[in-house]
Amino acid sequence: MIPGKPSTFTYSVLPVLTVVAVLVVVWYAAAIKMNSTWTYDQAARAGTEPSFSEVVKDTMQQDRPLLPVPHQVAAELWDTTVEKKITSKRSMIYQGSITLKTTLWGFALGVVVGIAMAALIVLSRVGRLSLMPWAIISQTIPIVALAPIIVVLSNAIGAGSLLVPKAIIAAYLSFFPVMVSMIKGLTSPDHMQLDLLRTYGAKRSAVFWKLRVPASMPYFFASLKVSIAAAFVGAVVGELSTSAISGLGARMLIGSQFGEPMIMWAALFAAAILAAILIFTVGAIEKILRRAMGGQPV
Amino acid sequence: MTRVDTKFERIAYPVGFGLLVLLLWEVAVMVFGISPALLPPPSAIGAAIFGSLPILWGDWVQTVVKGALNGLWMGSFAGIAVALVIDRFAFLKRGLLPVANFFAALPIVGLAPIMVMWFGFDWHSKAAVVAIMVFFPMLVNTLGGLADTDTMQRDLMRTYAAGHVATLLKLRLPAALPFVFNGLKIAVTLALIGAIVAEYFGSPIRGMGFRITTEMGRLATDMVWAEITISALTGTALYGVVALIEKRVTFWHPSQRG
Repeated sequence: MIPGKPSTFTYSVLPVLTVVAVLVVVWYAAAIKMNSTWTYDQAARAGTEPSFSEVVKDTMQQDRPLLPVPHQVAAELWDTTVEKKITSKRSMIYQGSITLKTTLWGFALGVVVGIAMAALIVLSRVGRLSLMPWAIISQTIPIVALAPIIVVLSNAIGAGSLLVPKAIIAAYLSFFPVMVSMIKGLTSPDHMQLDLLRTYGAKRSAVFWKLRVPASMPYFFASLKVSIAAAFVGAVVGELSTSAISGLGARMLIGSQFGEPMIMWAALFAAAILAAILIFTVGAIEKILRRAMGGQPV
Repeated sequence: MTRVDTKFERIAYPVGFGLLVLLLWEVAVMVFGISPALLPPPSAIGAAIFGSLPILWGDWVQTVVKGALNGLWMGSFAGIAVALVIDRFAFLKRGLLPVANFFAALPIVGLAPIMVMWFGFDWHSKAAVVAIMVFFPMLVNTLGGLADTDTMQRDLMRTYAAGHVATLLKLRLPAALPFVFNGLKIAVTLALIGAIVAEYFGSPIRGMGFRITTEMGRLATDMVWAEITISALTGTALYGVVALIEKRVTFWHPSQRG
């Protein structure tokens, strides 16, 4: 450690911890404020006058709080991940695995479509002129509006489960970052490099495979993290809008319909944790692949 | 080797491609005899749009004007304001940026049922979902933009004896604008998604999300497609408006000088 220079802990970890701590405190305060209405209401009905400490205690123990306190959510998460069997429908691990499956299928489909579109756009003038504007427009269309139609159509072509439409929704959101980065990557070789290949008498296909594709790899890897996050959001949105009965999004839906806020909050946090794991994993794979291909570690 | 695209080509190709898809769609529905409940032909969708303009208008006002746009301005202003405050404190900034970046990657739309529980069925809950969804991209982009001036430029401001406010107004905010617009472009798309999804969790008897679910239940697919068309046009138009304002306001930026 260089003297005078702050350590990583005080420079980057401490501020993050501070912000998180502040958020948790604000959350507790908000929960006490919001849930106390119900407490006072109950007390008034019972004809008692609760003391402040009793109110605070009660706001953290309600079965159906407006805003559950962090340790309630943590307890519910613990209960639905560790305590429940993973085969149980109430297990967040089971529900999360459904969402994960959708995410990964959507991600795979999105990456393939993204690369194919990018190749088409880079290689063909007509392709670029006619596809590029539509690709951009596609992202300004709210996919949730299309969701019910996608369900009906994939049912019609014989997809039995909801996995297909959900994966399509996830892919719809995740192909775009890959496509944009791949276009940038495939067009990144400069004139000197292209000219060199021409002096070798290289064919268009050789230029593509031997120059453009390797040159695009860093861009490709950089887009994967954005793409997996988009696929995950797409998977949850898909579950919310296709009236799915399993998956984290479906748990949120069920919690809403049965007036069980704890289920909603637990599903929400399970989703956040799963998103973090996904982004972290893809980031780690990206680092390994980049090193394996001789690139600079970032 | 590479020809320059003329303006005509840049418009004719995408429009031609779009029309071709519509034509193939229409023909395919006719030739294969696809049930209109499954996939109505574009002509039927057009008829549905013009046949029920008052309903579509009511839904549009409820979802886009009341839900999405209200949430959009609240979330955007909040995001920019928090960014301006945080920017003054380096410690907070280092702490908040990773957290905000993480939140921006989360499916915040999952908050929709909770917001409906808190703020009721009407547009308030939709605006709340949208505001939270757009807050984080706006915050992250504005913070990134405020950091986009180099030492030379800031030193120049210092030689003019410009204080924090003057530097902010005359140098750093203008420099941040391209980033802010980037955030806004992400935000308008999210706003529509948020407003429509929130309606799936309960809404008054109008709104695009409400209409889509109920008409789907009655297998009135042409009406669903009509709503999809309207939402697609709205999304594209909102994006276009942001892009247009961006072009006017940040005409000096290299990306706009093409």
